[in-house]
Amino acid sequence: MDDIIKVEGVSKSYGKHQIHKNLNLSVKKGECFTLLGPSGCGKTVLLRMLAGHEAPDEGKITIDGTVVADSAEGIFINPERRGLGVVFQDYAVWPHMSVFDNVAYPLKMDKRPKDEIKKLVMKMVDIVGMKGLEKRLPSELSGGQQQRVALARALVADQSLMLLDEPLSNLDANLREEMRFEIKALQRKFGITVMYVTHDQEVALALSDHIAIMDDHGNIRQIGTPYEIFEKPVDAFVFNFMGIANFLPVRQVGTAFLVGKGDQKIPWEEPKGEAESWVAGFRPSDVKISRTGEGLKGVIKRANFLGAVMDYLIEIDGDHLRTSIETHKALSDDLMLKEGEKCIVNFRNLLWFDAEDLKEVNRV
Amino acid sequence: MSAIKKDSGFGVAHIILFFSIAILVIVVAVPVLLILFNAFFVNGHFNSRDFYNVLMQPETYAALKNSLIIASCTTIGSTIIGTFFAWLVTRTDLPYKGFMKGVFLVPFMLPSFIGALAWKMLLSPNAGFINKFLMSTFHLTEPVFNIYNYFGISMVEVMYLFPFVFIQVCGALERMDPTLEESARISGAGLLTITRKITIPLVMPSILSGALLIMLYSMAHFGTVAVLGVENGIYNIPTLIYERIHQSGGSFEAIRTGTVLATVLVVSAAVIIWAQHKILGKGHYQIIGGKSFRPMELKLRGLRYPLLAFCIFYIAFTIVLPTVVIFLVGGLKTYGLAFTLENLSLDNYKYILTEYTVTKDAIFNSISLGLAAAVITMFAGVMISYVIVKMKVRGKGILEFLGMLPFSVPGSVIALGVILAWSGQFGINLYNTVWIILVAYIARYMAFSLKSNSAALEQVHDSLMEASRSCGATMWQSLKDIVIPLVRPGMLASFFLIFLPALRELTVSIMLYSPTTRTIGVAIYTLNEDGETVMSAALAGIALIIIVTGQTIINRITKKVGE
Repeated sequence: MDDIIKVEGVSKSYGKHQIHKNLNLSVKKGECFTLLGPSGCGKTVLLRMLAGHEAPDEGKITIDGTVVADSAEGIFINPERRGLGVVFQDYAVWPHMSVFDNVAYPLKMDKRPKDEIKKLVMKMVDIVGMKGLEKRLPSELSGGQQQRVALARALVADQSLMLLDEPLSNLDANLREEMRFEIKALQRKFGITVMYVTHDQEVALALSDHIAIMDDHGNIRQIGTPYEIFEKPVDAFVFNFMGIANFLPVRQVGTAFLVGKGDQKIPWEEPKGEAESWVAGFRPSDVKISRTGEGLKGVIKRANFLGAVMDYLIEIDGDHLRTSIETHKALSDDLMLKEGEKCIVNFRNLLWFDAEDLKEVNRV
Repeated sequence: MSAIKKDSGFGVAHIILFFSIAILVIVVAVPVLLILFNAFFVNGHFNSRDFYNVLMQPETYAALKNSLIIASCTTIGSTIIGTFFAWLVTRTDLPYKGFMKGVFLVPFMLPSFIGALAWKMLLSPNAGFINKFLMSTFHLTEPVFNIYNYFGISMVEVMYLFPFVFIQVCGALERMDPTLEESARISGAGLLTITRKITIPLVMPSILSGALLIMLYSMAHFGTVAVLGVENGIYNIPTLIYERIHQSGGSFEAIRTGTVLATVLVVSAAVIIWAQHKILGKGHYQIIGGKSFRPMELKLRGLRYPLLAFCIFYIAFTIVLPTVVIFLVGGLKTYGLAFTLENLSLDNYKYILTEYTVTKDAIFNSISLGLAAAVITMFAGVMISYVIVKMKVRGKGILEFLGMLPFSVPGSVIALGVILAWSGQFGINLYNTVWIILVAYIARYMAFSLKSNSAALEQVHDSLMEASRSCGATMWQSLKDIVIPLVRPGMLASFFLIFLPALRELTVSIMLYSPTTRTIGVAIYTLNEDGETVMSAALAGIALIIIVTGQTIINRITKKVGE
């Protein structure tokens, strides 16, 4: 079997607050799997259940073929026996131990011989780029360096599964990008499985082999490759979560399909599916604007010059959509529009969602 | 993955919880319950009528009234003085403010009953040095001052208790966001209006909370009243309990009176603590942030130096003068002689340290009791705080409730409770041994240990422990490698917070001592009662030296930890 993590029917609540209900998930060996969702949706709780810091109220968790938690059977294996590497959101680097001692700790717990510990720790310190700093205390390190110590500590004992909880959230943008590639490189190098939790879709897209999107109620909406998640979202939530999204309602009157509350007909192919009304979803970059020609008539409500791009807010019969156009293109095509000016709107890619349940209608 | 092993299902958490509950039940809850039981049950039947009758006996009623009067006067006096000095050192341009702030905390170190002894030597109507001096200088036939009354007792208590308010109000004034006052000023309010409408309402919770602390302390305070009141027939609740238990040799009637009075103390303490929680729990307090600001300072102008002189005079009068008197009297050959060089020597000090068994025993007892109580209470406190702050186990609620108890049980109540619990009724008789004092000390100081250890544990983020578990350490291993090293400063603080007060403890020890188990506090008190004033003063002097040295060491340590 090549599922390293298997979560079956897991439910968890704190008091009356239900976090997860009947959650199912599996992660393949050797992949980088990201759990992506808005803050407070329960991603961390799931990770903590995997690590053994929380027990599920219901359901079963299997790690590499061993049941580590099963409420029905009364099985619960303590965190120290799960053989995982865990990196915490706040690093959890022990402030009273030097970098060396922090990284050496898992090996000491594993009762490895002293000289082996020394060799492995120094190698790992080198890999995370902390050579020469091993005698320092965490208080003498920057946030990014503490981050690396936490990573080294999780990797040193050669665990085959790593759990990472938003480890990059406290870093500045440059360091975040750098560490993102480093984690990916380490994962490939050691051939380990990584379960990564974040609310940052950019990190998720860059790192993952598979992404699971979790909504505010702790339900998994979609699991797929970064490409699938981004290009073929199953519903409006996923589409909206993966970037700035525009939604235009479309309704059917007789045989005509009308946009929004107005009476403009849709200038493109008709939506499919059984629905009675739809929502068309698209990114700002999927909007084409022009001064004349066929298309929906709109009015510029707000024009923002953002340097490289122009950002417009366009109103079409009471509904709003955002679009951006590269400044040099806007200049060459005479599309530097002012507030109140009229324009014609067309679209490149459209996704159709059923207005009732916001599910994608073309999905098979 | 061979690293995954089956779990043994060993419930370490439940064992720790069980021990924590057991300690608090045995040490605190049982004594308190026994007091309540004995107060309300006569011959095994509930009898509230009898409770009422005991309360209405003239002596008990008088003691209740006295406790209330003295506590009220002390509270009002301390609040005024504490708030005034706090304002002076935080919000004005008084010279040497930082130094003065430290000086105002010195009374914390002085045991108030030693202060009371000193003031007795100075102001007692017949033999007080000040009275004698004034009488001989101005050829008076009547003494000018009499300290054996409510005013004298309250005055002495105020001198040594006002730091409770001072420290709270200082903290609040320093942490208060000055923009709150500045915006009032911009809106055109004068300084008086700002003080009245902005500053005082904001620091009111701190003032009240400090005042309630003093009220609680004073209601249950033994030493000062024992030294200054009893001679003139003024008993408060703790002194009456002591008197009854001591004189009657533990008769049923005496125990009953004691338990009824103790019940009153427990109830008042509970009410006071409840009120304090209410006040501090109110939203007001949140306006005071954790950050340090530079507050607006009032220019004292011409009053700068007169006010500084006043502060120095106050310190000299309340701290330096009594301390000097203690040391001088301790050096006299006989009490009553004039302080001349030929009458003074170090002989008394040498005698009590090397030859006099009563004082030698007392010093030994106090130090060993203090050490034992501090070590045991420190470890018990860490364990209990750990369960309360960090663990998620069922049944924790009971522990949280029990953990509140030590804060609200006054010393004399604990003493009476341990007498009831450990005098053989339950098969173990510790009465008249040092062990009963040790048990009582543990109960008395548990609150200190819980407070400082919970504070330290709250600083240790849960993820540090979880990280070590995920690195393969068991719960015990993680406690040993991660939690204990990180809370060590808090443990050390709790050790000293227990050890130093235990050295000078009087309220509990006086109820429990036997001729061979005197503590320093008991020895000072009894020697003084027996007329051995110079020996008593010399021992008090030595106690002061030990306390001040110890306090200096703590300050060093806490400063180092703070860095």
